[in-house]
Amino acid sequence: MSDGQAAPAAVIELQAVHKWYGDFHVLRDIHLQVGKGEKVVVCGPSGSGKSTMIRCINRLEEHQQGRIVVAGIELNADMKNIEAIRREVGMVFQQFNLFPHLTVLQNLTLAPIWVRKLPKKEAEETARYYLERVRIPDQADKYPGQLSGGQQQRVAIARSLCMKPEIMLFDEPTSALDPEMIKEVLDVMIGLAEEGMTMVCVTHEMGFARTVADMMVFMDRGEVIERAPPKDFFSNPQNERTQTFLSQILAH
Amino acid sequence: MTDIAQEIAVAVQAPPRSTGIVSWLRANLFNSVFNSILTLLAAALIAVAVPPVIRWAVIDAIWIAPNGQACHGDGACWAFIGEKIRFILFGRYPADQDWRQIAVVVIFLLMILAACDLRAWGRRLGIIWFAGLSAVGFLMFGGVLGLRFVETALWSGLPLTLILAIVGMLLGFPLGVLLALGRRSQMTGIYIPIPISLDMKLYWVHIQPIRLICVGYIELVRGVPLITVLFMASLMLPLFLPAGVTIDKLLRAQIAVILFAAAYLAEVIRGGLQAIPKGQIEAADALGLSYVQRTRLIVLPQALAMVIPPLVNTFIGMFKDTSLVMIVSLFDLLGATEFALSDANWQGFSVEAYLFIAMIYWSFCFFMSRYSQMLEREFNRGKRR
Repeated sequence: MSDGQAAPAAVIELQAVHKWYGDFHVLRDIHLQVGKGEKVVVCGPSGSGKSTMIRCINRLEEHQQGRIVVAGIELNADMKNIEAIRREVGMVFQQFNLFPHLTVLQNLTLAPIWVRKLPKKEAEETARYYLERVRIPDQADKYPGQLSGGQQQRVAIARSLCMKPEIMLFDEPTSALDPEMIKEVLDVMIGLAEEGMTMVCVTHEMGFARTVADMMVFMDRGEVIERAPPKDFFSNPQNERTQTFLSQILAH
Repeated sequence: MTDIAQEIAVAVQAPPRSTGIVSWLRANLFNSVFNSILTLLAAALIAVAVPPVIRWAVIDAIWIAPNGQACHGDGACWAFIGEKIRFILFGRYPADQDWRQIAVVVIFLLMILAACDLRAWGRRLGIIWFAGLSAVGFLMFGGVLGLRFVETALWSGLPLTLILAIVGMLLGFPLGVLLALGRRSQMTGIYIPIPISLDMKLYWVHIQPIRLICVGYIELVRGVPLITVLFMASLMLPLFLPAGVTIDKLLRAQIAVILFAAAYLAEVIRGGLQAIPKGQIEAADALGLSYVQRTRLIVLPQALAMVIPPLVNTFIGMFKDTSLVMIVSLFDLLGATEFALSDANWQGFSVEAYLFIAMIYWSFCFFMSRYSQMLEREFNRGKRR
């Protein structure tokens, strides 16, 4: 599919990516290009392979066929390449995955200090700046277990941002949250999008998708079924499966 | 959280606590028929058992006696301990060098004390312990700076027990961590073609060398009694070594203790490693941490904090197991005591002697137990709400 736009240099490129879990074909011939500053929202029924695909981008999952290039570096078995990519790609998980034995501030400064080799003081300044950005500056010395789910997820976002990544991946960031906390997380993500961050989000928050997405990607059974700008995607879905999915998810 | 707790406290006053002996007795000892019976039974047991023990240990006890014959009475003979305390504590170490032994024990106690300040954990504590161990080695061996050289065959008593236990823990622990990590290692190995079936068809079997070695080591060492290894090391090993080559007996025992500790600790630590949620590892990976950084900063701190109780359990067991070196005629605390009991002039005081060293073992083990509780409080701060 080509939408005729002069695509900006792609920072994420997936070409003919395949993956199997045993005999189960989870990813089938995935092609995806994400340009710098572009926001892509991936949706689809559960088990459609959307999480697996996003996790292939920073090698939390290994693809078995095809080519993935991120920030100009090709993902292969070379650990150096993988670590280089992971430094440039932030990831936010459904279950937050904060480090429970460290304070919020330590969670935020850990990677900058050990991976980026920043001096502790500088790392802490950056950390406090991003805590301010996600609107919880006063929780720096608490432990993750002392925060609400929404606060934890915002800390997780700040933790990724502290590495100053080029790209942010969101893997169902609001799915584990109580309804009243979803908005505070989405607000932070919208703010991030407005600043021009390159984002790939797996989410069912269609309101969020309408607001920020440049491109909607619909996956089912390991395949990309449809991709379109949100306006077309929501008003005029082409594929039957997309139509069914949208009618289910937008029904209530 | 505390804010909320305070708010509640202000809003609703807690009911006043009842005080006074009678209400305490009612609430704690006689709050049901069954508990009342238990209370009375326990009181009867104390009344029957305690007075004779006190009579034996204190009232009828003989505190000073010229020799064993004069020390046999209705009570305990503490004079025996007074007579033999030097030998029980320091054994065959040259008697005119006792100050060195006292200094060694004091240094060990100071090192332990330093480790109690959890805030000081880190490089400073490392330096203190390194200096402490160096000083112990210097005092025990001597041979320089005008100190008389004392060979390891004469080391005995409490210093020997402490050296075996503390060095065993200090070296066994990191080895145990490595074994546990090795056993969990996901490192892809090599495929080796092996003819398994009768038609001699080759099957490619996946071998992970590191994993295999660690599993093999742990299962082997855990499967044999420490005593047999000590025996083998002291009786069989010399047969295999070329003539004239000897390995110090104490060193052999120490190595056996370290290797054993490592195998047991490895399995305890593996339990902790398995309890780490996968998400923790993914989050560390996603941030770009290397395997070593991830293990050191994320995985081990959480895994070890989770297994503090069984870890300390293993340490306590180890501490007491050092007494098995007696079997290869090393005079540790228990060995020296046995030797003291064989004195023809002082026969029949084994109860007193064993009670005495039991108290020493107990003090150290009780300390370890308290220490573990302190560690748990410190390292599980993140779990408190």
